[in-house]
Amino acid sequence: MSDSASIMPEHPPVTDWVNDFDHTDPTWTENPFPIWEKLREASPVVHTERFLGCYMPTTYQAVKEISYDTDHFSSRRVIVRDVRPEITARAPPITSDPPEHKPAKQLLLPPFTPDAMKKLEPRVRAICNELIDEFIADGKCDAAARYTKHVPVRAIAHMLGIPEKDGDLFIKWIHGILELGIKDDNALMEAVREMTGYFAGHIEHRKTNPTDDLISTLMNARDKDGNPLADEHVLGSLRLLLIAGIDTTWSAIGSSLWHLAKTPADRERLIAEPELMPIAVEELLRAYSPVTMAREVMKETTISGCPVKPGNMVLLSFPAANRDPTMFTDADKVIIDRRENRHAAFGLGIHRCVGSNLARMEMTVAIEEWLKRIPDFRLDPAGRVTWSEGTVRGPRQLPMLFGKAV
Amino acid sequence: MAGKLKIRVDQDKCQGHARCKSLAPELFDLDEFGNAHEVGDGSVPAGLEDKAWLAQSNCPEIAIEVTEE
Repeated sequence: MSDSASIMPEHPPVTDWVNDFDHTDPTWTENPFPIWEKLREASPVVHTERFLGCYMPTTYQAVKEISYDTDHFSSRRVIVRDVRPEITARAPPITSDPPEHKPAKQLLLPPFTPDAMKKLEPRVRAICNELIDEFIADGKCDAAARYTKHVPVRAIAHMLGIPEKDGDLFIKWIHGILELGIKDDNALMEAVREMTGYFAGHIEHRKTNPTDDLISTLMNARDKDGNPLADEHVLGSLRLLLIAGIDTTWSAIGSSLWHLAKTPADRERLIAEPELMPIAVEELLRAYSPVTMAREVMKETTISGCPVKPGNMVLLSFPAANRDPTMFTDADKVIIDRRENRHAAFGLGIHRCVGSNLARMEMTVAIEEWLKRIPDFRLDPAGRVTWSEGTVRGPRQLPMLFGKAV
Repeated sequence: MAGKLKIRVDQDKCQGHARCKSLAPELFDLDEFGNAHEVGDGSVPAGLEDKAWLAQSNCPEIAIEVTEE
């Protein structure tokens, strides 16, 4: 592959975070919180020449202004990357702007309401226990590889009506799109192509063998004029559901268990006061928000008094917004009974994550079932915790000790 | 004695985070898209005032109004 972009030069290390930030730098990947603090102290909006020019709002207020302003900021590109090729693979509604956004989103909302999630919950509880059965006798496991990854993979596969055993394929594509794809266009295109082919096969099969799952729901959907969606729209939304439904919740569950492994007091409190779980889950979502989105600047404007010019991308960091001390008291502390918590982990405005109720249910169930079976656990000092790079942040290796090993 | 509370969800602001429904299920209902509205005329029954304020202070879109009558 002589024309491959996969031998891309690594980015030079960052020395000046305020004027040259890079969310793929290993320092950021390992521990972004002090960096965000430094950037926030410098300005509500900072800029880097990397990624062909990119801003980052550093305060909750600036993140909110951009999220609400679909006039100056487009969602047609939602990942900050080294390149900005012609847009070929859309994923409505996440890549849609008004007025196309609303009808595309409304198609996806009914299957993801809290009531719909209640019906899925018993299956997710069973998945968690099946996974724990596989490693509990060992007294140790890599929780990211054996547990937190598989919960969302199997749940979304169950909803879409595709085989849970294809999970390794999904993980490979998502890694290609969300991580490798930032610097390697070929890796991204290849993953999108394989994923599209995979779903096209499932759609074709359902044309003669209708099923009762989310793929069929999308195939049977009608627009306001009564016409079915174009195959391209169905494929785009399916790609979105798979990409957005896995790394994100894998990360959120992983960060939660990572926190609980290090914080026996919070763990014991959740076991003693299970009714605290809904509030605790929101706090874990705030403190360890996995998802950073992006926008493209379409027209010149100002955000929190800072000029913002077209031709640049925006790294829309909900995680950084959620650590803003002007919005959250003791923003850097995890307070599992925090009463006031308007966190933006699922975004703000029209692009609020369509899967937020699914993510919450999976997090709640995965933490509850883990605590029931493995109430006492800690990080394995002989292992190393590693974190994903770029758009979605969470542990990708999470070595734990429990049972007799504690 | 404090007055009775009344809640209202601003339909233009609500984006369906469903935080209010989770914190105060007695006071909020969701439509088929998951967007929230107040139960009945929004009057908060005695004893649920704390839940009304809790829902209000956790709505990411600031879509919930609580007024004292």
